[in-house]
Amino acid sequence: MTTTEKRLGAAANFVDERLGAAGWMKKSLNKVFPDHWSFMLGEICMYSFVILLLSGTFLTLWFDPSQRDVIYEGVYAPLKGLKMSAAYASTLDISFEVRGGLLMRQIHHWAANIFMAAIVAHLLRVFFTGAFRKPREFNWILGIILLTLGFLEGLFGYSLPDDLLSGVGLRITSAIVQAFPVIGSYFSFFLFGGAFPGVGFIPRMFTIHVLLLPGAFLAVITIHVMLVWYQKHTQFPGAGRTEKNVVGHPILPVYMAKAGGFFFIVFGVTAFLGAVASINPIWLYGPYTPGQISAGSQPDWYMGWLDGLVRMAPPLETHAFGHTISWNILIPALIVPGIIFTLMAFYPFIESWITGDKREHHLLDRPRNVPNRTALGAMSITFVLIALINGGNDILATNFHMSINQIMWFSRIAIFILPPIAFIITKRLCLSLQRSDRDLVLHGRETGRLVRMPSGEFVEIHEPISAEKRWILTSHEQRAPLELPPVDARGVKRQQALKNKLRVRLSKAHSVAVPKVSAAELKEIEQH
Amino acid sequence: MSAVSMEIESIDNPGTPVHPPRAADVNPRAEKRAEQQVALLFALSGVGSLLLMYAYIFIPLDVFIFVPVMGNQNAHQLFLGLGMAFSLFFLGMGAIHWAKTLMPETEVVNHRHEFRSSPEDREAFVQTVKEGVTGVKLGRRKLIKGSLAASLGLFALPPVLLLRDLGPLPGKELEKTSWKAGTRLVTDPGNRPILATDLEVGAVVQTLPAVPEGTERLLSDIAKDPVLLIRLRPEDFQLTPEKFAMTHDGIIAFSKICSHMGCAVALYEQQTKHLLCPCHQSTFDVTRGAKVIFGPAARPLPQLDITIDTEGYLIARAPFNEPVGPSFWERNSQ
Amino acid sequence: MKQISLYRRHKAAGPLLLIIALLGIGTTFNIASATMKAPSNTFDRSAAIEEGKQIFLKGCSSCHGINAIGGAIAPSLIGVGAASVDFQVGTGRMPMADMNTQAMRKKPVYNEKEVAALAAYIASLAPGPAVPTDAVLNYERDGNTAEGGQLFRNNCAMCHNFAGQGGALTQGKYAPTLMGVEPKYIYEALITGPQSMPVFSDKTITPAEKLSIIKWIKAAEAEPNLGGATMGRIGPVSEGLVVWILGLGLLIAIAVWLTTRAR
Repeated sequence: MTTTEKRLGAAANFVDERLGAAGWMKKSLNKVFPDHWSFMLGEICMYSFVILLLSGTFLTLWFDPSQRDVIYEGVYAPLKGLKMSAAYASTLDISFEVRGGLLMRQIHHWAANIFMAAIVAHLLRVFFTGAFRKPREFNWILGIILLTLGFLEGLFGYSLPDDLLSGVGLRITSAIVQAFPVIGSYFSFFLFGGAFPGVGFIPRMFTIHVLLLPGAFLAVITIHVMLVWYQKHTQFPGAGRTEKNVVGHPILPVYMAKAGGFFFIVFGVTAFLGAVASINPIWLYGPYTPGQISAGSQPDWYMGWLDGLVRMAPPLETHAFGHTISWNILIPALIVPGIIFTLMAFYPFIESWITGDKREHHLLDRPRNVPNRTALGAMSITFVLIALINGGNDILATNFHMSINQIMWFSRIAIFILPPIAFIITKRLCLSLQRSDRDLVLHGRETGRLVRMPSGEFVEIHEPISAEKRWILTSHEQRAPLELPPVDARGVKRQQALKNKLRVRLSKAHSVAVPKVSAAELKEIEQH
Repeated sequence: MSAVSMEIESIDNPGTPVHPPRAADVNPRAEKRAEQQVALLFALSGVGSLLLMYAYIFIPLDVFIFVPVMGNQNAHQLFLGLGMAFSLFFLGMGAIHWAKTLMPETEVVNHRHEFRSSPEDREAFVQTVKEGVTGVKLGRRKLIKGSLAASLGLFALPPVLLLRDLGPLPGKELEKTSWKAGTRLVTDPGNRPILATDLEVGAVVQTLPAVPEGTERLLSDIAKDPVLLIRLRPEDFQLTPEKFAMTHDGIIAFSKICSHMGCAVALYEQQTKHLLCPCHQSTFDVTRGAKVIFGPAARPLPQLDITIDTEGYLIARAPFNEPVGPSFWERNSQ
Repeated sequence: MKQISLYRRHKAAGPLLLIIALLGIGTTFNIASATMKAPSNTFDRSAAIEEGKQIFLKGCSSCHGINAIGGAIAPSLIGVGAASVDFQVGTGRMPMADMNTQAMRKKPVYNEKEVAALAAYIASLAPGPAVPTDAVLNYERDGNTAEGGQLFRNNCAMCHNFAGQGGALTQGKYAPTLMGVEPKYIYEALITGPQSMPVFSDKTITPAEKLSIIKWIKAAEAEPNLGGATMGRIGPVSEGLVVWILGLGLLIAIAVWLTTRAR
């Protein structure tokens, strides 16, 4: 035994005699993590969050979250002598007088954008591969909560410096709050501490941004990760992989080294962006006053689709009995996103209701093998992308010599037409991919080598694919649609005939597939 | 209710594949090389850290260097950031390269168990809960049940009440601006009164209501008060007689605060006489009293009744006759 | 004489003398330069008007009418002033090549002298804003950057963007970028209101304030990249693209490398 081993043994002994942790630790350290690049998306989110905590803490050391008026006397000449809020002035000081301050500000902002982008990418991965299915529905909902918290946290962070761009964002936020029927103006006055822009919003938002929401994040992220740990990670179908096992690398040492190394890489890439690419140059925007505005006032990308929806909304307001309801704000900013997020949160349950599948799933779906779900995802992405494009319609218009009116009309129509088209195309694409999978298993890979047959005919030589590949292409299950006849097996009439009819319809649409190659078929081919 | 499975019989699972050994596993020279590569990556990380420290201490904040593609860059910020990026990035690369090439790479198989507890456990759990609940006998203690429900309901109210002092009640605040009959329009910034004769046709002025010398404007006033003055030829207007009477010699005044979400609407196109809001692209036709001709805004911009005082300066003849800015529940828009 | 010498040590004497001296120098210089240039000026002017008229008839009258009174597709030029002509023709916006789009800045068709002649001709039709002289345009001396920034954000940023990069207007029209635009043309645009742009009267935005705006624009133009590549200074849209393409793209590429087996 070497000295190091001896010391390690002593340390382990010290801990175990007090906590009895050896059994649990042994089990945990033997946990296995399957390897796939898309499984790293969630890690990017978590690491970005750590980067946000670190860089954010640095920024709080100098940031003054106050709407108190000050006269700027710092080094940035074009703003010298102007009246501004202490929040804005201290952000300028962080940018120009604290060494590394601008770098940290930019790292913080890039990390926030990467955080949100990685959350969305991670969500799409989980959705398209069916990783949300039983027993992981809780974690899916926790993920949706994290996404929602991310929107809020991002919006507040974007608003804290109190520059002209973020002030405009707050103005819009206040208008959305005001649009709530009955409680709107009260809510707005309490939030801002008076008429917009009030005196209290920035200090309050600061507390929420640096204390309340990060706390909530930490709690939810912890549960989210613990559940992944406890339930063990899903894996893609492959040779040797079943619903009953996990194949991969153990925590120690490979996974630890890779995951730990990846943290530094995420931090490094974020720092690189912070070093070479300017983000949110608040000194150019100027201090916020409600009477000023800049062309191309946009939110950060993850709020852009909401802004795009607001832009394309019809000019609808109801005026009745001395009251006003602004549908042009409520529908795009609250109702539509509310519906989308609710449907998204309940999707695992909706899908299992449609398929009638209540079993546990640990093997992931290849997106093509669940055409309906994949098509639904493509449809949602199309919807959000059109809204996002419309959110940047003025920037598009200036850079590509188009007209904002044309882009707006395109978006207004396309938001209804293109998502269904995306659904149909994606579904067909999935089915044709299934067909090509089937051909590949039955006839093998095209080698590109032509051979002349004795009859004079030319044929291309097909090479059989490997057993592993064949397994990947045929191991998925294809379930028949639900059958809910009006009278069940025991001769009792079923309740809720209409609901059942809808369910059968959906189930039928969900189970459309090109029949996969069966063992019998394969045997037959091999005998030829 | 269960789905009829027409599951096709699958082929047999070929089992976990055996991977060929890596170069470093079998070739000592490859192993040595991998080791050196990892060390080099760690060394690069060290260089990054040194660069960061050098930049922090020795590069002044006001030195600029030209970088192709990027233009003139602040050297301090650039090298500080690059140093940090290198130091972190290569540390991670080193660790991963080490794990990939040199650490044991045999795949391990873990077994899963179903999450459902054993029937005995479930039964025991249900029993415990049942016993606990029946012990409380809530069904029989009607009085306790009722009073508990009432007090819990009341208990929820104080936290909400405690937030009451976050701000004043809105009252009529959203419906008022600083404009009064006779308030002079002054330039923003500059605070100079404006002679009607100062404006050429096609001219615009951003204005605010005059405030007494030495008083500071509140931001919450600037959020409601800004007014945009535009001069057209009087014959260009297509206004109702009432609205036309609110103009002065071709000069028309609108609230600059968008009736949609409160952004500053100030993109005035002199040729088409349209006002555009840069936030959500609501477009207002000035000649028709800021009627909405495009975009999500549902109401025209409120028009300010203006005239001139005895010295010829533009003044408000009356306050706004409707609330400015975005809609709210209490707004009477009829 | 004695009376005057008594006031010699008065505390106002110094400044007063200075003012008198400055006035004297100014007047002498004015008279001198006027006497030196006056004859040639009048001569040049009438010749220039004539030359401008010829250019106008050849190049502009088909749209703007024989006597610049305007036509079906082009406005009257009576009273637009020399500044307007100098801006429109000097920046190549006029003559317009394509009637369907907004007149945009391009290589001018006429040279400096021809533009001056055209301007003189249009100015001779009716009084209008004159071309600002270099003495007027001394923004370095007469402007104030911070004040200019405030004016810019109040009056210009809503169309031309917070950093003068330009922005979208309705129906495909746009406010052009202000980067690299000569101070003279910025000044002329402010006083004449070309195309979609409104007029900013000298009484509401004083000449000094206009110079402040120019000084701020020039400062923004010369500002080095304080935080790295700027990606067009157009706000969060380009930042979002960078995040997805460069940020997440790079990280995913590394994740793919990380999860593949070493050989």
